[in-house]
Amino acid sequence: MTTVTIALQDAKTMLGRELKHTLRYPLLLVGTILVPVVMLLLFDYILGGTIGHGLGAAAHGAPYVDFLVPGILLMTVASGCGHTAINVNIDMTGGIIDRIRTMAVTRGALLAGHVGGSVVRALVATTVLIGVALLVGFRPKASVADWLAVLCIVAAFSIALAWLSAALGLVAKSVAGANGSTLPVQFLLPFLSSTFVPADSMPVGVRWFAAHQPFTPVVDSLRALLTGEPVGSTAYLALAWCAVIALVGYVWAQVAFRRGTR
Amino acid sequence: MHALRPQKGLDIDLGSRLQHVSVNTLIKNATRNAVTVNGLRKAYRDKVVLDGVDLSIGEGEVFGLLGPNGAGKTTIVGILSTLIPADAGTISVLGNDLRTEAGTVRSLIGVTGQFSAVDNLLTGEENLFLMGRLHHLPATERRARTSQLLERFDLIEAAKRTPATYSGGMTRRLDIAMTLMGRPRLIFLDEPTAGLDPRSRHTMWQLIRDLAADGVTILLTTQYLEEADQLADRIGVLDRGRIVAEGTPDQLKRRIPGAHILLRFADAAALDGAARVLPEGSRDDDELVLRVPNEGGIRSLRDVLARLGDGVAVEDLSIHTPDLDDVFFALTGNPTREQS
Repeated sequence: MTTVTIALQDAKTMLGRELKHTLRYPLLLVGTILVPVVMLLLFDYILGGTIGHGLGAAAHGAPYVDFLVPGILLMTVASGCGHTAINVNIDMTGGIIDRIRTMAVTRGALLAGHVGGSVVRALVATTVLIGVALLVGFRPKASVADWLAVLCIVAAFSIALAWLSAALGLVAKSVAGANGSTLPVQFLLPFLSSTFVPADSMPVGVRWFAAHQPFTPVVDSLRALLTGEPVGSTAYLALAWCAVIALVGYVWAQVAFRRGTR
Repeated sequence: MHALRPQKGLDIDLGSRLQHVSVNTLIKNATRNAVTVNGLRKAYRDKVVLDGVDLSIGEGEVFGLLGPNGAGKTTIVGILSTLIPADAGTISVLGNDLRTEAGTVRSLIGVTGQFSAVDNLLTGEENLFLMGRLHHLPATERRARTSQLLERFDLIEAAKRTPATYSGGMTRRLDIAMTLMGRPRLIFLDEPTAGLDPRSRHTMWQLIRDLAADGVTILLTTQYLEEADQLADRIGVLDRGRIVAEGTPDQLKRRIPGAHILLRFADAAALDGAARVLPEGSRDDDELVLRVPNEGGIRSLRDVLARLGDGVAVEDLSIHTPDLDDVFFALTGNPTREQS
């Protein structure tokens, strides 16, 4: 066997383990899906009337739910960060990572399994979310190509956040700490972006932050694709941000993995 | 081959390479050391954990690394098992330089850390399967080896349950079974009985003896003196990052005098009588006792009794053999006190 086939086999083993974990203990995944679903219902039914009125031209004449769902899609991916960080942290604090590090196992395999599992979960969660969204009146105007682009962006975004979450899970001292350290990614960054309302409706300081942070181009491009508006260069900006986050998370995670529990 | 490759130079090259390999093999066989450590140092910031450790462990040997908490035992295991980089020193594990051939070392060793590292979300059997996959065993061998190990470690009934339902001893056994999946030639057991009840501890001891009987080299750390005495062929006493003594349990015990027969008498006259026939004894007139050095064993006891005869009335007799606690105390001045 060559190094590459061994590496692929190890990564497959680890992905299989991660998926088995998810299937055997589905509550974490259910929780991960439930949060954005509740957000969707809350913002659409309870706050949506007022927010929708205030949106004006930004909604392009469509109901608020069409504006909201792309943002909730991003929240769904971000919501998985806690799950990933928790799983990675359990391996770290439980000694699994040190065990693997003393074995002749391809170095990146364990984390690749976690990231792969995280992406699979994100795709499942976003699919469920879109199903619920359709039930509550979401009417996307995306072509097949648009949907493929949406899939690409969701996948890229979830790979990026998974590597970041893996790093956060590795450096956290406890499971609770691991989950806590992802909360800004799960909630703060989505709220301080164009997830629920356009960035230019925010107060000046926040508006600048919202306009320049990575979540905004991701939401904006998802929204443009799903509502059939022109995407422009926003999608490239979104993918560039995903690449940067993935790279930072990846390097950070590798360093933390090599350090182990000490 | 000659017909295909007529160049002479190549022949010579091949020949010398073959020779080179066989010399290497000879050296490896001749040294027969599973682990050789010279001048190992490790510090975390300004806290010195290992201060020049030298160690050699022969193949097939059970080496006990004995020391109190904080002596540096886990750090040594961490370094030898490629988890932690050393600051200084040369380390060879099964003939491989740890610095340059860490990957090869990993394929030869098995590590059971101080805390059980099992996957609590998988069943016992799945944990073993996982190890088998990571060792790239073919499916048939993976299954065969898993059922062997489950049987050997008395885990058949627990195979389909997750370790969350296991006792501490069972989790430990699964942990070691997982370590054995890849047939390691050198096993590190870092405090394998820590936190186990006495019965599980004895089960674990027997498992370790069985492993040793298979010819596997074992580096065992413990803070239980009895455990090292029971299991190890040789013991290294680690204190504040240094090996302060090394040898077989008996050699270590011999290093401190103190094996003696303690005779207690009712009055000074009896003590006088005994001291006359046992001049090598040291008397304590206040306590009315006589300490007679004793090589150990029934023969020397019988000899002392014979020399005492019927004439001297002994009120009480007790035999004192030094245990490793005494050794540890004599060597370090602090028996089991935690070092910080």
